[in-house]
Amino acid sequence: MTATGSDQAALSVRGLVKEYVRGKRVLDGLTLDFGGTGLTAVIGASGTGKSTLLRCVNRLVEPTAGQIVFGGRDIVPLSGRALREARREIGMVFQEYNLVERLSVMENLLSGRLGYMPSLQAWLRRFPAADIERAFQLLDHVGLAAQANQRADALSGGQRQRVGIARALMQSPRLLLADEPTSSLDPRTAVEIMELMHALGREHRIPVIVNMHDVELARRFADRIVGLSGGAVVFDGTADALDDDALQRIYGGTSWMQ
Amino acid sequence: MKRVAFKPDWLARAGWLLLVAYVVYAVGRLDFSVERFVTGIDNGARFLGRMLPPRIAQPDSLVSGLLESLQIAVLASFAGIVLSLPIGLLAARNLMPAWASWPARAVIAAARSFHPVIVAIIFVKAVGFGALAGIGALVVASIGFIGKLFAEAIEEISLKQVEAVRATGAGFLNVLAYGVMPQVFGRFIGFATYQLDSNLRNSTMVGIVGAGGIGGTLFSAFQRFDYDFVAAILLCIIAMIMVGELLATWVRKVFVDHGRVDEE
Amino acid sequence: MNGAAGVPATLPRRWQRFTPAQRLARFTVYLAVVLAVVTSVRQVEVIPEFLLDAPEQMQDLLSRMWPIAWDHYPGGVHDALVDTLHIATLGTLLAVLMALPIGLMAAHNVVPSRIANQFAKLLLVSSRSVNSLVWALLFVAVFGPGALAGTLAIAFRSIGFVGKLVGEALEETHRGSLEALEAAGAPWLSRLAYGWWPQVKPAFWSIVLFRWDINVRESAVLGLVGAGGIGMALDTAMNLFQWNRVAMVLFAIFAVVVLAELLVTQIRKRIL
Repeated sequence: MTATGSDQAALSVRGLVKEYVRGKRVLDGLTLDFGGTGLTAVIGASGTGKSTLLRCVNRLVEPTAGQIVFGGRDIVPLSGRALREARREIGMVFQEYNLVERLSVMENLLSGRLGYMPSLQAWLRRFPAADIERAFQLLDHVGLAAQANQRADALSGGQRQRVGIARALMQSPRLLLADEPTSSLDPRTAVEIMELMHALGREHRIPVIVNMHDVELARRFADRIVGLSGGAVVFDGTADALDDDALQRIYGGTSWMQ
Repeated sequence: MKRVAFKPDWLARAGWLLLVAYVVYAVGRLDFSVERFVTGIDNGARFLGRMLPPRIAQPDSLVSGLLESLQIAVLASFAGIVLSLPIGLLAARNLMPAWASWPARAVIAAARSFHPVIVAIIFVKAVGFGALAGIGALVVASIGFIGKLFAEAIEEISLKQVEAVRATGAGFLNVLAYGVMPQVFGRFIGFATYQLDSNLRNSTMVGIVGAGGIGGTLFSAFQRFDYDFVAAILLCIIAMIMVGELLATWVRKVFVDHGRVDEE
Repeated sequence: MNGAAGVPATLPRRWQRFTPAQRLARFTVYLAVVLAVVTSVRQVEVIPEFLLDAPEQMQDLLSRMWPIAWDHYPGGVHDALVDTLHIATLGTLLAVLMALPIGLMAAHNVVPSRIANQFAKLLLVSSRSVNSLVWALLFVAVFGPGALAGTLAIAFRSIGFVGKLVGEALEETHRGSLEALEAAGAPWLSRLAYGWWPQVKPAFWSIVLFRWDINVRESAVLGLVGAGGIGMALDTAMNLFQWNRVAMVLFAIFAVVVLAELLVTQIRKRIL
């Protein structure tokens, strides 16, 4: 399926509120729209709700109030099968990769298709030929074709994250979320991963929303930067517009800036 | 060139096939027939009917039997734990010379070789019917279990810590107390409480061969076809063991989380 | 309070190994143990004559057992021994089949309902609390004497063991990979197959092997109550006071248990 028209938002967050503890709002009525393509970086100090925002989108965390409009409908009240159908269209990349260590790279990749097939078939590993072909193509694309049958725990951090990204793309998602995907990687690998996500997002024409704490990385790769502080949006613009004032607003304090 | 996503695991497939073949063979050898099973289910339904509602036919017998089982478990565990501490220590090859560790290991191996029921039968022959035979059998079982695991735990400790204590000039017993025991005491308590549970379970059963406890009451109820009394006894046994498990967990908590500096 | 030269003295700091609450708890345990032991010793009936008689009795028994009746093996022992192994193996397999769903239900991260968890745990405790010999008595009463009763007894007793350990292994799994599968929209059964099972597999096989080893020991004595296997040969020989044959049976049981343990150790080394 092609992406929606560039006017219509792929994801619309409206008045999102999250309280982990009653009375303490981690997200305070956020309203954001995410367009058809492009990489958006969400930045902010620790605990300001970046991760919560992303996890509310695919309901790994339950919002306290608000709407999340994806694919034309609010997904907050969904449950059961409808929720799974919504989730399979949203790919997620995790900080700790979250692969199944004892399974092979290929099996991890194909587990991205689990939302599309009946359990018995999945158990017997009877994936459609088209899926398998697609998996091999993605593996080629991320440069891991040779490791297809190796166990996931035999791979390095950067390699595992590539598998994670490929797995998310196997879902043929309409949106890609990434929760601090580079925080566990060395600087060079972090750049490679960001490049990969940026390129793949472009190629598959889906919006990519990345949570990160490295401002320089955000500046380098993001088409749009959203800065959170105290559970609210305090900056929303391009990398060029991100000046010291803006950073002050987002992170507070001055001693860390040069 | 066609690439294969999943290599068929021939070893695993062969394994499963072998398993299925074995089951078919064994079921045949043991003469399990469908009719027997069906009549059994029928019997079972009737049996269940006779067991419910549970009825305490002989309260005195029930209470004294349960108490006796409890006593057997307590004494056997106490003696067993006390004995397995030194025996287990002696059996640790990294701490003890061969002339100490080999006999200790032999004792532990012998203690483990036979089922407590068989040991109970032998004790009955030696000291007569009654709780003493049961206690003896379970002491042997405790030594076998705790001794083996304790010795293995000691063999896994870091000898560097032991050396450090030895280097301070401490005598042998102090080395044990400050170098060895802190590393293994937690696990020892774990094994001891597990064995306490195990002895409690076994104490309910050795009575079947005359070694005291509720097992005797249960067996005679069976032979008299007093199935509702059997049900009552079983429920009491289950309850007793559940309480035992809870107590064991509590004891573990008390003894394994320890050591805090207190300022006054 | 001032010390020398006007420097305020603080109370000396004491190092206590345990807090007062912990000390009280430990003391309670010690007290309870002493009470339990003392009351038990008082109540247990020990007939001194029997105790003194014991060494003589043992000697008598041993002399009657020697020489071991090796010739008894082919006729009376071999088939029963093989039956015992079948009982142990089939019983373990059956137990695994029945224990898996219950073990799943007991793990609160697989089935998040507290009621279901408690119910499953209750089933598992009950299975463990009833000794395999007692299960055997029950099944002999229902299905009649023979190996069927024995196999079911082994199976029902083992459910508690396998179910409890599998439940614990499940509760210790890595959350992250399961989160990823959930986020991808995978249904529950698929998450089981791809997320739980690969992580639990090594622990699972270890538990099954461990239980099989124990079950070989247990199966050997079930025959004493008529549930098939070598225990029946033992029972017959004891009832007829044929102590040489009893010795043969005991030796056979010993040999089989040792072999089973060797087998399990070897498999553990290779596969786990």
